[in-house]
Amino acid sequence: MTELLGELIVPFGYNYMLKAMWVSALVGGVCAFLSAYLMLKGWSLMGDALAHSIVPGVAAAYILGAPFAIGAFFAGILASLGMNFVKQQTRLREDAVIGLVFTSLFALGLLMASIWPTSVSIQTIVLGNILAIADEDVVQVAIIAGVTLLIMVFIWKDLMVTFFDENHARSIGLNTTLLKVIFFTLLSACTVAALQTVGACLVIAMVVTPGATAYLLTDRFGRLIVISVALGVATSFVGAYISYFLDGATGGVIVTLQTLLFLAAFFFAPKHGLIAARRRRMTATEAAA
Amino acid sequence: MNALTETHRIAGDQVPNGASISVRNLSVTYANGFTAVHDASFELDPGTICALVGVNGSGKSTIFKAIMGFVRPSAGDVRLCGMGVDEALKKNIVAYVPQSEDVDWNFPVLVETVVMMGRYGHMNFLRMPSRADRYKVDEALERVGMSAYRDRQIGELSGGQKKRVFLARSLAQEGRIILLDEPFTGIDVKTEAAIIGLLRELRASGHLMLVSTHNLGSVPDFCDQVVLLNRTVLAAGPTAEVFTQANLERAFGGVLRNFQLGGPALHDDDDARQVTVLTDDERPLVFYGDKTRKGEDGR
Repeated sequence: MTELLGELIVPFGYNYMLKAMWVSALVGGVCAFLSAYLMLKGWSLMGDALAHSIVPGVAAAYILGAPFAIGAFFAGILASLGMNFVKQQTRLREDAVIGLVFTSLFALGLLMASIWPTSVSIQTIVLGNILAIADEDVVQVAIIAGVTLLIMVFIWKDLMVTFFDENHARSIGLNTTLLKVIFFTLLSACTVAALQTVGACLVIAMVVTPGATAYLLTDRFGRLIVISVALGVATSFVGAYISYFLDGATGGVIVTLQTLLFLAAFFFAPKHGLIAARRRRMTATEAAA
Repeated sequence: MNALTETHRIAGDQVPNGASISVRNLSVTYANGFTAVHDASFELDPGTICALVGVNGSGKSTIFKAIMGFVRPSAGDVRLCGMGVDEALKKNIVAYVPQSEDVDWNFPVLVETVVMMGRYGHMNFLRMPSRADRYKVDEALERVGMSAYRDRQIGELSGGQKKRVFLARSLAQEGRIILLDEPFTGIDVKTEAAIIGLLRELRASGHLMLVSTHNLGSVPDFCDQVVLLNRTVLAAGPTAEVFTQANLERAFGGVLRNFQLGGPALHDDDDARQVTVLTDDERPLVFYGDKTRKGEDGR
């Protein structure tokens, strides 16, 4: 018994594991905060597009030895400019444009990584590698997450009004354009941070799943955020912990945990769950009979 | 009902100098080069219910957007209570009641949260409601008869209830100018009467209401003023002067159906008077005495 317990606390004895768990929890928390908004507007796939588009920027940053956040920032701008340009010049639909631009940039990133394999590891970018995160990257991630959290605490209600009813938001004197720009800037920054923990392919889960799960559990937006953040922090922390025993694939473990919780909510949520809905239907039919 | 008049007197006290809208030579051209409104002018005074009437694409929503600062005039200007649009918005002068189709009814907010949003402009930047804010929300919910539904998610309400929630929000906001976008679409006659009753109370306390509607039948019932639009102001002024058959035909061109009933088709004497029905409904049902007449297109 004590042997098993000893085995279980082993990850806490390693500095790199502690770092991985805390950084994951932080990133999971802020991504979950943003997910509460993102999934409500039908913009979920934007997170995915963003995460893939910044890959060449991150690769370039590693090649040049610059902070990865700066490379990601420029790639993000390039992506949004590219999408706007293609949209204006052609009659293609928005989803086609997004798909086109983000895959092109992702491919460019993979190409760069295969040309200079010594400075960039494809695996790190695509799958993340939180267990081997460098100290300066930890600082970057911590700054991104901390600043995002701080700003969101101040503007969460204004963003809620803006996303719910932009006309009303205007009518109470809010600068809705500025608020949306802030939101997407924070989203981009957090996507970069999440790239480090779960990798480009799974970022989308971090900025969608916790919010979607919380959505099934409450009708109050304030509670939705709290639940979402709690889920994001818990799954990321525990996911990083478990990945020690599974030897890597932190992103996979975190997202799997998030999916399991989503499924639990999907079936067992008290009001919006499948079982509750079925029970209501049964009662309604009985009442009718 | 007594409680209603009481609250409305309180609201009236807070509107010392009434609301006004002044639109002068307004033109709005969108980024794609489309001019939605050209050289539109009208003036509205406090204590007025004004209908904004026109076909789809006549510029109704552009006028709303210009009043809320969503679009910038390419020429002319909009003044609200003598102020520029941005200043007026900062002072919570304009309240907006959205069209039902424009609201995401699946959004996870409760009725009381939506009404509280009306108070945000009065709170500090953290938007922490004070006791006064909560009181205003309670009062607004009470006034539209939605207190019992305050803990419901907004999507669980009926069409009329949804509309009343947003009206409560505009009451809580205490805007002196209230913009209502198609308020009678998708609601029952009873709710329509209740909303009109509320608008009349607000009018008595000096509010100014601008109602975009294509529900022509009820316009003479409750609107003092009418602005007829078709990419510009065709006519503006008191309902009795503006809301005439000739003007409406100008505003709606061939879009509206125009039924004329009269003469030998209806009765056996030689009374030459006719009943004219203007409607956007394809086949309105018209009763004349005990006979049902199928609408015959007069055009």
